[in-house]
Amino acid sequence: MNTELTGIIATFLLTMVIAIPLGKYLAKVFAGEKVWTDFLKPLETGIYKLSGINVKEQMNWKQQLKALLTINVVWLVYGFFVLIFQNKLPFNPDGNPGMTPDLAFNTIISFVANCNLQHYSGESGVSYLTQQYVLMFLQFVSAATGIAAAVVFFKAFRDKTATELGNFWEFFVKSITRLLLPLSFVMALILSFNGTPASYEGKDQFISLQGDTVHVSRGPAAQMIAIKHLGTNGGGYFGANSAHPFENPSYFTNMVELIAQVIIPVAMVIAFGYFIRRKKLAWTIFGVMTIGLFMLLIPMLSSELAGNPALAKMGISQGTGAMEGKEVRFGPAASAYWATVTTIISTGSVNSMHDSSMSMSGTWQLLGMMINSFYGGCGVGLLNYFIYLVVAVFISGLMVGRTPEFLGHKVEAREIKIAAIITLLSPFLILAGTAVASYIFTNYGNAAWAVQPKNWLNNPGFHGFSEMLYEMTSSNANNGSGFEGLGDNNMFWNLSTGIVIFLGRFLPIIGPVAIAGLLGAKKFIPESAGTLKTDTKTFALMTFAVILVLNALSYFPALALGPLAEYFTH
Amino acid sequence: MKKYIIQSIRLTLVLLVLLCVVYPVSVALISKMSKGKGGGEKITKNGKTVGYALLGQSFTKPQYFWGRPSAVAYNAAGSAGSNKGPSNPDYLKEVQSRIDTLLKYNPGIKKSDIPADMVTASGSGLDPNISEQGAAIQIRRVAAARKIDVKKVKELVAMNTLKPFMGVFGPSSVNVLKLNLALDELN
Repeated sequence: MNTELTGIIATFLLTMVIAIPLGKYLAKVFAGEKVWTDFLKPLETGIYKLSGINVKEQMNWKQQLKALLTINVVWLVYGFFVLIFQNKLPFNPDGNPGMTPDLAFNTIISFVANCNLQHYSGESGVSYLTQQYVLMFLQFVSAATGIAAAVVFFKAFRDKTATELGNFWEFFVKSITRLLLPLSFVMALILSFNGTPASYEGKDQFISLQGDTVHVSRGPAAQMIAIKHLGTNGGGYFGANSAHPFENPSYFTNMVELIAQVIIPVAMVIAFGYFIRRKKLAWTIFGVMTIGLFMLLIPMLSSELAGNPALAKMGISQGTGAMEGKEVRFGPAASAYWATVTTIISTGSVNSMHDSSMSMSGTWQLLGMMINSFYGGCGVGLLNYFIYLVVAVFISGLMVGRTPEFLGHKVEAREIKIAAIITLLSPFLILAGTAVASYIFTNYGNAAWAVQPKNWLNNPGFHGFSEMLYEMTSSNANNGSGFEGLGDNNMFWNLSTGIVIFLGRFLPIIGPVAIAGLLGAKKFIPESAGTLKTDTKTFALMTFAVILVLNALSYFPALALGPLAEYFTH
Repeated sequence: MKKYIIQSIRLTLVLLVLLCVVYPVSVALISKMSKGKGGGEKITKNGKTVGYALLGQSFTKPQYFWGRPSAVAYNAAGSAGSNKGPSNPDYLKEVQSRIDTLLKYNPGIKKSDIPADMVTASGSGLDPNISEQGAAIQIRRVAAARKIDVKKVKELVAMNTLKPFMGVFGPSSVNVLKLNLALDELN
């Protein structure tokens, strides 16, 4: 068998071998049961003490959300000012300038929201202080925010009726001390011993074999690359992200980074089932998500491995597949696998340039981000999936003529309204955003922004439209990857995507947590013969159908104008 | 509310110390034991740095093996791909001219011998590798320019070919910089 295919099969299997036990471990950690990492307890106690936190204090769902939002606002303010004044602050060996306010606005929201859309380039746009004390810091805490929010949601369904849902700070801190930090430490060492820079030395310079003077950007990259994957953040240290030989030196590190970005989202699904003592439900959800992964991966693989038809016409050999924007050490198969997982999981790191993917691959990448819950981001993927679940419960309830129930709690008008609003939010932000961008592009081409609208697009025709659609979709999904040809560092894109990222992050956290909180507080109805079971194959199929129908109805017209039109006209 | 604000600020400060000082500094210190001492592995010749093992360089002279086209001209102060879409007409023209250049400088090769990686830009613009086929089509040119035996060059290519990871995972590749250094050492 072809070694490129064996490589991705091995990567997938290894991911599951690590993720499933990790999920069982997480369930125990958050339930407060004994685990082998309990030796870290003194560290946690120290953190609580220094922060004035009493973790015995129980919070209801509203208090949980208040705590979550408050600390996120603190990070927004702190980060914004560091970004603007980074040129005046220490730790800037390459002398990079401060950010403009619009770029700082976009960047700080993007990193607080676990999105990591980057309208700057790491080498020239930020100082080492910013890289570590703002961006890498936020990669840890934004991932932990998502995980903690998911644990609040777990808590609502563990007991028959629950209003006290534990302590937000405890979930948040444990996500870091028991999960993100130890894994990052191990991974950063693996990367640094395989060639990724990890020290604080500034730019280097040398004379190449042919006599050219070459500058080399360096810095503490390994530490950030570890958490950017484990935390499904995706924001790279260098401009080219994980395509850069320093960020991703070999096929081995590529496997490590691929595994790292998938394990926590998968583990959270497993943890959910073990935590609420309904393992079968977790496996059903896992099944739907995994089938979703393959339904996007297989067509993407086939179009990338087939190569670019336009280049085939020129008569060259595309033995392994399409190579534009891809690295030889990974090859097209591992690049297609990466493009699939990074879009379904909201990581948004890239090891190949998506703008140069085959046109049909663009469809699958966009669709992955639109659905945004096949595993999904750290913690939030499961919350997104929960919204689809609630809609599926509601529709099934209508079909069989019973009051819809989820895990023994009646789903009533209020919950459905919230679910409906969250469901409609994504298409609204993506489609309205793209429409406004297209309008400005066609009517105000000469607007005096840093990049004039007429120069936004790097590619003509349908592909140009896809660049704008991709940017909005990626922002709403908090994904952060891009069709990077887009000239995005200017007032319009910085502000519009900043707002889309913000709404696309916090409303889909507030909504599901609120629904879970409301449901959990309701009287528990024991299961009877008439109960709609949510852990059966039939219901899994129903959820899958809901996901497909909702997304097809919302996005098909936009996809038809972009990647599909490009595919059918060339 | 006020309680949450104060707790948030204090927790942020504590975590800044843990995540931005303790974690990265300890990794940086341990990485000093790695090959590149945490600053990226350098390649030296006669005591001078001539490159980084992981970063590709621009090679245009006929006596060197060429790397892939690059959107940043192999200047590692930055990094980027071309971001050209697969159907972009300007891009397709560019690819055609790269094919013509390769055909011109490598007499005896056919269009169908040219692998895609030699006429397409990499994602980073710093790709240090080419495919085995990408090296194979250049062997005769390099041998002629250096007036050495084709067999000898073939041997060097084989020696600098990196097999798939553990023999079974991923593609094989040829490191252009190391290959060219080995060639220079022959003379």
